[in-house]
Amino acid sequence: MFTAPTIDWGALSPVIIVLGAAIIGVLVEAFVPAKARRTTQLALALVALVGALVAVALLWSGVEDTGGTTVLGGSLLVDGPTLVLWGTISLLALVSLLIIADRTETGEDAFAPNAAAVPGSDYEEVARRKGVRQTEIYPLVLFATGGMLIFPAAGDLLTLFVALEVLSLPLYLLAGMARRRRLLSQEASMKYFLLGAFASALFLFGIALIYGYSGSLRYSDIATAIGTPNGMESLLLVGAVLILSGLLFKVGAVPFHTWTPDVYQGAPTPITGFMGACTKVAAFGALLRIVYTVFPGMSWDLGVVLWTVAILTMVIGTVGALVQSDMKRVLAYSSIAHSGFILTGIIALNQAGITAVLFYLLVYGVATIGAFGIVWLVRERAGQSADGTPGPILGEATHLSQWAGLGRTNPVLAVTFSLFLLSFAGIPLTAGFIGKFGVFAAAVDAGAWPLALIGVLASAAAAFFYVRIIVLMFFTGPSGAGEEPVAAAGAYDVAETEPGDPSLGDSALAVETKVEARSTLTTTVVKTEGLAVAAIAICALLTILLGVAPSPVIEAIQTVASFLP
Amino acid sequence: MHTLTALVASLPSDTTITPVTETVQAGVLLVAPLLIGIPLLSAAVLLLLGRRTDRWGHWLGVLASSAAFVVGATVFVKMLQRPEGSRVLDVNLTHHWIDAGAFHLNAGMRLDPLSLTFVLLVTFVGTLIHIYAVAYMEHDADRRRFFAYLNLFIAAMLTLVLANSYLLLFFGWEGVGLASYLLIGFWNYRLDYAVAAKKAFVANRIGDLGLIIAMGLMFATFGSVSFDSVLNGVSGTTSQATLNGIAIMLLLAACGKSAQFPLQSWLGDAMAGPTPVSALIHAATMVTAGVYLIVRSAPLFNAAPDAQLVVVCVGAITLLFGAIVGCAKDDIKKALAASTMSQIGYMVLAAGLGPVGYAFAIFHLITHGFFKAGMFLGAGSVMHGMDDQVNMRHFGALARYMKITYITFGCGWLAIMGVPPFSGFFSKDHIIEAAFVPVEGAPWRAWVFGSVALLGAAITAFYMSRLFFMTFEGEKRWTTRTDGEQQHPHESPRLMTWPMIVLAVGSFGLGWYLNAGSKFVDWLTPVLGTPIEDDPVIPALPLKIVTLALVAVGIVIAYRRYAASHVPVVPPVGTSLTRAARVDLYQDVVNDVVLVEPGQALTRSLVYVDRTAIDGTVTSVGRSTVGLGGLARRVQTGYVRSYAASMLLGLVVLVLVVLVIQK
Repeated sequence: MFTAPTIDWGALSPVIIVLGAAIIGVLVEAFVPAKARRTTQLALALVALVGALVAVALLWSGVEDTGGTTVLGGSLLVDGPTLVLWGTISLLALVSLLIIADRTETGEDAFAPNAAAVPGSDYEEVARRKGVRQTEIYPLVLFATGGMLIFPAAGDLLTLFVALEVLSLPLYLLAGMARRRRLLSQEASMKYFLLGAFASALFLFGIALIYGYSGSLRYSDIATAIGTPNGMESLLLVGAVLILSGLLFKVGAVPFHTWTPDVYQGAPTPITGFMGACTKVAAFGALLRIVYTVFPGMSWDLGVVLWTVAILTMVIGTVGALVQSDMKRVLAYSSIAHSGFILTGIIALNQAGITAVLFYLLVYGVATIGAFGIVWLVRERAGQSADGTPGPILGEATHLSQWAGLGRTNPVLAVTFSLFLLSFAGIPLTAGFIGKFGVFAAAVDAGAWPLALIGVLASAAAAFFYVRIIVLMFFTGPSGAGEEPVAAAGAYDVAETEPGDPSLGDSALAVETKVEARSTLTTTVVKTEGLAVAAIAICALLTILLGVAPSPVIEAIQTVASFLP
Repeated sequence: MHTLTALVASLPSDTTITPVTETVQAGVLLVAPLLIGIPLLSAAVLLLLGRRTDRWGHWLGVLASSAAFVVGATVFVKMLQRPEGSRVLDVNLTHHWIDAGAFHLNAGMRLDPLSLTFVLLVTFVGTLIHIYAVAYMEHDADRRRFFAYLNLFIAAMLTLVLANSYLLLFFGWEGVGLASYLLIGFWNYRLDYAVAAKKAFVANRIGDLGLIIAMGLMFATFGSVSFDSVLNGVSGTTSQATLNGIAIMLLLAACGKSAQFPLQSWLGDAMAGPTPVSALIHAATMVTAGVYLIVRSAPLFNAAPDAQLVVVCVGAITLLFGAIVGCAKDDIKKALAASTMSQIGYMVLAAGLGPVGYAFAIFHLITHGFFKAGMFLGAGSVMHGMDDQVNMRHFGALARYMKITYITFGCGWLAIMGVPPFSGFFSKDHIIEAAFVPVEGAPWRAWVFGSVALLGAAITAFYMSRLFFMTFEGEKRWTTRTDGEQQHPHESPRLMTWPMIVLAVGSFGLGWYLNAGSKFVDWLTPVLGTPIEDDPVIPALPLKIVTLALVAVGIVIAYRRYAASHVPVVPPVGTSLTRAARVDLYQDVVNDVVLVEPGQALTRSLVYVDRTAIDGTVTSVGRSTVGLGGLARRVQTGYVRSYAASMLLGLVVLVLVVLVIQK
């Protein structure tokens, strides 16, 4: 006997808009001529994300009054936190999309002209010269965004799992589509996929165990079952830890963080920004809901797990970042450390914790996208040819030494990057400070002061490497003065063969960079069509605004920060 | 509110009246914020647009300054139309500027006769000097930046005098300090100029510290730092020690800003800045901010007689100090700087005398602003004609070549000596008389401070005449120019001479005009109260005659030595006093021994402790962290299999932990 559930389409509208646009995007690939495809896809994606934002805004007042609705018989919960997360994800995706879509003046975006071509093959070269473009990235981004929207709103474990896969699969693909250093990118994609599959398996196993314990997949039923012991608590405990691991994998918390540096480094930089910001928001949103609504009955047992993970994450993220020499890896480890900080807010298990985590996710996402956007703009340039014309612009100059003196050649860019770094470090008057203050305050309120203490110490240590980059940009001359070629060829090799990643140094890059390494490289900032600059400006503006006048946003979040049971 | 004002106005006001403040709600006076806004905006435009504004930037600067003057004059006229009893007004800029715990403060502007006096002085003299600088800085590649800093200065100075709380005043106070630093070091490619800028900055920091401490004490005592709460809050119950403490700290601030003993050493070196800067900042306006601070805080000082005595002593010492140094300087700008120091000493002395002297301190400040700025511009004009030389021993007989400069400078010279009917006569005479007014219980004071003021007037006559004669009279002692050619002094362009002429007119007539019918003193009455008319120990007329006789003696000696006889090009060895005065009475040596060396010793020991103890700890933490990081990096092998293994291992550990705890 099957009764069709009544569906509140309005409450679902943000998800429907994004996923609908993604499907239309697939059709566009098939039916729109190649020339117009990029414009169409970009317009479609932008409209969809703006539409999602508008839909969220329209839903807001209703949720504010009623506290939210359950949709699809409880499979999706559209409550306050969901709306905040939907808004955040749509906004962040929108800004990332600008960077993803941007092209250099020579018309090169961040993606391989033909991702299916074997790296270094003639086919690839032909595709590059003909200006072929992989416009499938737009629907892929939209599918991922759709998954991210469903993920924190899911009301049962099955929906949660489906959303996890919907958001992950496009990301695995996107990670492997970098235009440059393609082997590194494909390797990253492969690693992400394998480890992601591994985590998904653990997650599924956890779902099975929980189902075995409670006989239901619905959050509310599980929570009730936890309240009535039935002698199978071991099943429940192991299942809960497995589910948490699956989510902690997505946020990059220790010990499930190992993929993060490699994938962040290998993926196309705009995708890294998108992934780093939006995935984290979605995954923390889901984690927040599960910890606050499903497992509060066993907070004492799981508390141990979360405390351990949070402490390890903060410490290892910070310590790891200290010894990196590659900008993207530094930011990757910093993102791990930030996961630790956010976890302290989740562990707080109080009302302030919800608001603090939601706000933190927004400010962290904004700064992350901005920072990776800038990383994408800072490029290597091959040495001058014999007739003195500057060489072609190559891939991102990600080795730290290549950033030396950037503050003198590109002061505005360097100041903006410093702003994001200071926000990461949590320096007052940036959004990051308010965010950190919020989660630590919530943790202290809940009596978790040791966590807050470690968090503050880790932040202090982390400030060291952020400030070191700022010093590098402003107070260290470029390793060669002015236009003089940097001995970057050497630095380049060092970057790729550092002991941390032998797999990267040996095979893939040696081949790809052989040509580049022979000539000397300088660091330059690439001129683009301007979308990325606009996105970075938005991020910088938000970082300052949310740091100087955060109260309207915090108050707005506060009014709706309660979960449906 | 109005009845209250009327009530206060009807009180017998033999002492300083408590000003009752009205808040401006509407009307023309609301344009007052533009006073600060216009020059600030102009400075921002010039600095942000950079080289793009090189072509017209200086005119924008002039325009901003003159617009500020027009606004100031409008407000002044409006103020004149109001009854005397309601001329103390506040314009609120924010509703809640700072709300921190028990500390509440609104940012607002105080419009009253005292602040408006300064507004008119700063914007009027400022505008003239802006115009002068257009020509003076013509060949400087960075003229636009110069005007940006000048505008910044005007904005900061107006913030200082228009603030209605000590905190906002402090903003302006620091702003003018910054502008002064930037302008002294404007030609900072010369190391000694950059050093001079730094010296001024450091000396000012010491004073600023005084202001900060004073604000802390005010907050602790009165619970606020707004003028209304602090100045009206002073009562008999406030502890004398606290009041003295606040007053002494304010005096320290004033000493730093106004180059008063013992923080006077920076002013001479500050002459490294372009001459218009010396005229505007280091003669007419900024250096008088200390006097403003003391006069503004009059109720505080009135209630702290011990601190007042210190103020008078500082003024007396500085006025003699500056005068003696001025006698020995051969650098025309440094001699003028010494005289500025000395003249401000007069003002501080007058301010320290209490209600009997406040108005005269401000009166002298205004006339001094005109004649000293005029003389500095004259000095700049001489330098302009003499290949930027400043050594007066290489001048002489310039009167014939630079007629306008000669006459305008002459007006300033006669004014500063106090020769009737020039401006300085009226203002300085009042101060000397006030110094001779007996103080109850301490009859020695009138004689000591009166004599110092009198002696100062005589020395002033001598060194200013020396400066004047060495420059304009006597024989030619010119040297060759830097390019090897003969000197050919010439009059400056009109853009430079006109400001000098206007200031000369002020030097001539302003004192007489403001003094007639005691207009100026009456104008200040709403803020400072009616000054006490007490008779000095020597009757006024004989005192005037003695003063003028001493001035005449000073002029005659200077004439015989520097105009009628040969002046050696190489300075003679001179007496020990002369030698001491040439090096500013060893003030730098004293500073070095008393402050710099102990300070450096302290710094060295702190650095040692920092390196070994603190850095040692930090470094070892850092090292172990990096070591740990290295370990982490080894774990990060890059192989998926090991990543998966580490995940699994971590998971197993977590599950075990949970299960163990559960059991």
